[in-house]
Amino acid sequence: MWEYSDKVKEHFFDPKNAGAIEGANAIGEVGSISCGDALRLTLKVNEADDVILDAGFQTFGCGSAIASSSALTEMVKGMTVDKALEVSNQDIADFLGGLPPEKMHCSVMGKEALEAAVANYRGEERLDDHEEGELVCKCFGIEAPMIEEQVRVNRLTSVEDVTNFTKAGGGCSTCHEKIEEVIAKTWEAMGEPMPLAASTSEPDEDLVPLVVATGVKGKLTMVQKIKVIEQVLDDVRPTLKADGGDAELVDVDGKIIFVKLSGACSGCKLASATLGGVQQKMIEALGEFVKVLPDTEMAKLQAQG
Amino acid sequence: MQGIYLDNNATTKVDEAILAEMMPFFTEYYGNPSSIHQFGERVGHSLKKARKQVQALIGAEHDHEVVFTSCGTESDSTAILSALKAQPDRKEIITTTVEHPAILTLCEFLEKDGYVVHRLKVDTKGRLNLDDYKKVLSDNVAIVSVMWANNETGTIFPVEEMAELANAAGVMFHTDAVQAVGKLPIDLKNTKIDMLSLSGHKLHAPKGIGALYVRRGLRFRPLLRGGHQERGRRAGTENAASVVALGMACEQAMQQMEYENTTVKALRDRLEQGILAAVPSCFVTGDPDNRLPNTANIAFEYIEGEAILMLLNKEGIAASSGSACTSGSLEPSHVMRAMDIPYTAAHGTVRFSLSRYNTEAEIDKVIAAVPPIMARLRKLSPYWSEQGPVCEPEKTFQPVYA
Repeated sequence: MWEYSDKVKEHFFDPKNAGAIEGANAIGEVGSISCGDALRLTLKVNEADDVILDAGFQTFGCGSAIASSSALTEMVKGMTVDKALEVSNQDIADFLGGLPPEKMHCSVMGKEALEAAVANYRGEERLDDHEEGELVCKCFGIEAPMIEEQVRVNRLTSVEDVTNFTKAGGGCSTCHEKIEEVIAKTWEAMGEPMPLAASTSEPDEDLVPLVVATGVKGKLTMVQKIKVIEQVLDDVRPTLKADGGDAELVDVDGKIIFVKLSGACSGCKLASATLGGVQQKMIEALGEFVKVLPDTEMAKLQAQG
Repeated sequence: MQGIYLDNNATTKVDEAILAEMMPFFTEYYGNPSSIHQFGERVGHSLKKARKQVQALIGAEHDHEVVFTSCGTESDSTAILSALKAQPDRKEIITTTVEHPAILTLCEFLEKDGYVVHRLKVDTKGRLNLDDYKKVLSDNVAIVSVMWANNETGTIFPVEEMAELANAAGVMFHTDAVQAVGKLPIDLKNTKIDMLSLSGHKLHAPKGIGALYVRRGLRFRPLLRGGHQERGRRAGTENAASVVALGMACEQAMQQMEYENTTVKALRDRLEQGILAAVPSCFVTGDPDNRLPNTANIAFEYIEGEAILMLLNKEGIAASSGSACTSGSLEPSHVMRAMDIPYTAAHGTVRFSLSRYNTEAEIDKVIAAVPPIMARLRKLSPYWSEQGPVCEPEKTFQPVYA
């Protein structure tokens, strides 16, 4: 069973503001019954100063969906509409003392309902980019813009993260590859290098070894190659760190991989033995012969021309 | 722990007499049954007795047709992989859309290796169409694996008839009977079933013990290789204490079978009728006329299962749900989807599964506790109004983006 915080339990067992508000002038409806959760948020906004006077929710969903809805209504009451729009899904989760990762999408649903309600109040059409985006996850009807937004706002790096925040990929899993593409593109658009999947996801048992198992030699693209190399370095890193050292990839030049040894490893007499071991692992992982050299060799080789 | 336990299809309480029977095997009788000395011999005798007790419950012709394993899942994997290994030219498997993940996930994995899996569909009551089955039976099929009774709905499949058909076509037949063993009379020697999986913890033995029935003479390839235990069909030192427990559990199940099918069944019916009478917009899923005596699966429309379970739990009532949110997969139960249960109901299915330890007083408490819980959650539901479900819920409530 899920580990819910006491605050989540409190808002589930004793939800605040349940039911629709009479005379509401801002209504937001999100979710769908096929997904297993849906939320109707009704707000009463004072048109003179845009302050939210009252809020009510009706939710079809699990414990954390109900708790998130209850929390949202408590949070936005008394806020101006503009201020309310600044409430993020993370704020909702924080208000509840955290949500299990698999349940983060419940807080996202709250955030979306709020946006939809405000759009309704302002008489705006809320059918924006969400309708135009490419449908990525067919099981839950999640489109690319939704995933992009969550990747941007919450700095998601793995398919598992995306599933936890948006549900996309939580069904038949045929869209996982597509989701990976969306994640990569979004990070590219953000102009930042994506943090190496130090995410919660388990190492994908099929991905890397499969390349080797199929014996595809030299057919890896440079990006795939670098991913494999980084993976090997990640695997040996704990051992190096145990000895007070570290290693990082500096460059790949054809069949030569330049690695920078740092900490206790640099200058260690066993450095070449260490690199020899790393080289063996690289060869196994890449399925082709490569040479691993310390980065100090780079200048020498370049000088030789 | 106080509370009302109605989740016996998930697992059962270890019977006290069974626990007492197994305890000496942790202390006094610790010998390895393969050893020649008195320490081993004593244990060896106990295993022999347990094997006969299991044999009796499933009506096997010989006691050595019973192979002890670690669980139902191991039995299932052993059966299917053995059939494939023993018949390398046969590349197809027949199963159903509503099997336990122990079968379905393995089949998906085998598909990646090029095996063709035929998944027989069920109708809205969870029943198979045997004409569909006959169409896919061929020389290419290595094994048919069909559950005896469904864990979620309790619906019983005609496995004896299906085994006859498989046998006539020269195809091996396996059944995952972990839910059926002990609740339904089984007489394997008079069937054409080649392999059958059972699990101890579903019948008041501890977790971590199962068995696979393998018909004498059936071509077999072990999953675990090593020592000569279980006649070389399952290597590894026997889990003696649990084997003894499983044996005794089978003997008890044999004695209690009538009770299960009369008293427990009556309690189940009382629970089901009590709930159906008091809660609007709910219905029984599966095939009510042909199911396990202890299982009631009720779909409560327009509310979600996890929320129901949390409120039931607060009242001390343990049940389970086919809702997406309780599984971690975000998809409602594959069994409910296979039966075409509408989403408005699939997310709100609750399984109550009884055992011989439940009492009428407990059932009456549950009948009283359920209606207010459903009313409370429906009050929160956007698909429900004061009077009942909103008309055409999908149209009335149309969220802007799903």
